[in-house]
Amino acid sequence: MSMKMYLPLDSAAVALGADDVAAAIAARFPEATLVRNGSRGMVWLEPLLEVEIDGVRHGFGPFETTDIDALSGDLANHPKALGPVDDLPWMQRQTRLTFARVGVIDPLSLDDYRAHGGVTGLERALSMTPAEIVTETTDSGLRGRGGAGFPTGIKWKTVMEAQADQKYIVCNADEGDSGTFADRMLMEGDPFTLIEGMVIAGIATGATKGYVYLRSEYPIAIEVMNKAVAIARQQGLLGASILGSAHAFDMEIRVGAGAYVCGEETSLLNSMEGKRGVVRAKPPLPALEGFMGKPTVVNNVISLATVPVIFERGAQFYQDFGLGRSRGTIPLQIAGNVKHGGLFEIAFGLPLGEIVDDIAGGTASGRPVKAVQVGGPLGAYFPRDLFDTPFGYEEFAGKKGLIGHAGLTLFDDQQDMLKMARFAMEFCAIESCGKCTPCRIGSVRGVETVDRIAQGDASAIPLLTDLCETMKDGSLCALGGFTPYPVMSALTHFPDDFATTAQEAAE
Amino acid sequence: MTATPVFGDAEQHVLHEILAANRHLEGALLPILHAVQHQFGYVPAEALPVIAKDLNISRAEAHGVMSFYHDFRDHPAGRTTLKICRAEACQAMGADDLVDHARDSLALDWHETTKDGAITLEQVFCLGLCACGPAMMVDGKLVGRADVAKLDAIIAEARS
Ligand SMILES: Cc1cc2nc3c(=O)[nH]c(=O)nc-3n(C[C@H](O)[C@H](O)[C@H](O)COP(=O)(O)O)c2cc1C
Ligand code: SF4
Ligand code: FES
Repeated sequence: MSMKMYLPLDSAAVALGADDVAAAIAARFPEATLVRNGSRGMVWLEPLLEVEIDGVRHGFGPFETTDIDALSGDLANHPKALGPVDDLPWMQRQTRLTFARVGVIDPLSLDDYRAHGGVTGLERALSMTPAEIVTETTDSGLRGRGGAGFPTGIKWKTVMEAQADQKYIVCNADEGDSGTFADRMLMEGDPFTLIEGMVIAGIATGATKGYVYLRSEYPIAIEVMNKAVAIARQQGLLGASILGSAHAFDMEIRVGAGAYVCGEETSLLNSMEGKRGVVRAKPPLPALEGFMGKPTVVNNVISLATVPVIFERGAQFYQDFGLGRSRGTIPLQIAGNVKHGGLFEIAFGLPLGEIVDDIAGGTASGRPVKAVQVGGPLGAYFPRDLFDTPFGYEEFAGKKGLIGHAGLTLFDDQQDMLKMARFAMEFCAIESCGKCTPCRIGSVRGVETVDRIAQGDASAIPLLTDLCETMKDGSLCALGGFTPYPVMSALTHFPDDFATTAQEAAE
Repeated sequence: MTATPVFGDAEQHVLHEILAANRHLEGALLPILHAVQHQFGYVPAEALPVIAKDLNISRAEAHGVMSFYHDFRDHPAGRTTLKICRAEACQAMGADDLVDHARDSLALDWHETTKDGAITLEQVFCLGLCACGPAMMVDGKLVGRADVAKLDAIIAEARS
């Protein structure tokens, strides 16, 4: 019997035992083909084994080595059988554009990539002028997925128009935000999409060299990306003549060194230049004076990896999805104390409550959801009262929050929000680049002030509010400037967690 | 504490090979520091002036860069490095209890190494395993849905 099976090499699957399962399957079914794919994004089902039956991929998960014997029996009655993976509600409800191939293809097969629509976007871009490529990108409505939401096409236009002997495309793969893993999943599951997006960005702007700044906490993504770059170079997707054209573009993977602030674009550029990851004042914009002082596009992984599908299907197709000024789709990452956690790509506009209650199914503990932190460690904590907020840049900003890199972290009713406010300050103190006093010193004071509140000193509450104002106004970047979001949202929306402790101390 | 090994001719030779392989890179310092740490397990004090001279930067600058980043260490780690995620999504799944248990049972603070040289304890902020937390990394191996039992087993194995 020649079986074809898929088991993810994705970090989450591996952290849940996929490598052991893979080894055991290889031993038990030596004649079977086992593809190590990316993850479909249903982390609660990982490791998710897929077996191809009459051309349809059936899922079995969460799969353990003890489930292997039953694979020789009636598969429909296997204790872990889930049925066809594409028919699962989680898959059915999504609009997978950026993640269309993740979990589907062999991440390191360029043939597989092409067979699933890969390279089509690049071929189209090669038939266009740089100005046309930039216009198409702008028309798609694509905004930066790294957090700030700046229109990608406009950034590219600045770099295109800059005159220089060398320009660069730098992909920001530092993904330091807790609750996010879309960059990681994309790089592990469909690395050629990122490469293709960077090549298109290079052609548009006249940049011939690219770098991916990839955090050291992602060893599997580093390995997959390095292999993919080598394959792409070998097969003419990178090099002196892209797909036989007059355009040249090559790229390298650079590994970060465990500093959260290096996700900030100017700190990242300093780090890549071999310096301390201190934030640079803007102007000059990196688009004009970036890496090595040259015009540089800095874009998030998801921004760049969304470019190929925009060129494959057209700007209009992409921009038809979404809400208000948030166009297209967004890969939500649902994390924390969650029943159905993982990656879910859908058009902008879904209300937060629908994501939390309906798609994610609430908490893993089964207890009520108390708060959802949206947008990583610099994002606000949302209480149930705000669950009607539609998922979009402006909509979240209007509620004193942000969508950031689109991570959502769920907490149940046992979570102490004062503790989370303290953690936000502590994290800022640990990760501050040190340049601004309100960030460097203010965050240390912030920890002390929260501790005073915890000890029952209610007079410290206005101090905390003032401190947050100072940090907001006096910080050069969003690390110091946005740490007040989690702190103030915890204080505003969950006052009981700050008050009861005071009462307890008074008793 | 683990004793600091000698940095002799053989080590100098390895360092020069690393420099030869990387010095042409744009912004070569981080790749060099990573390669040195990968090779020696830490960045030896003897290596920094050599790297600085090779890249034509001051010793102070090389030292400033190295100390800025959490990844680089200036002395050897234990035989096993245990990194526990302390970030929000893992906290939502009880990472704090795991952290307390690790620190108590090993009697270590962050960045410290057990007296027998077996384990170094590090904190980390997010491993991208936020939908299957709490998360840990044990010598580069990822662990999801960590709990006290898994942690104890890892510690026991590291000490055996
Ligand atoms: C403290 C801090 C950390 C950041 N971390 C990241 C990150 O990990 N990944 C990312 O793409 N952008 C991050 N950003 C945003 C970048 O500065 C920048 O806006 C982004 O890389 C631009 O790409 P985009 O337009 O495609 O989003 C961070 C910003 C700050 C202030
Ligand atoms: S706000 Fe903090 S991290 Fe940002 S530049 Fe200032 S000191 Fe550095
Ligand atoms: S928060 Fe722990 S792995 Fe992301």
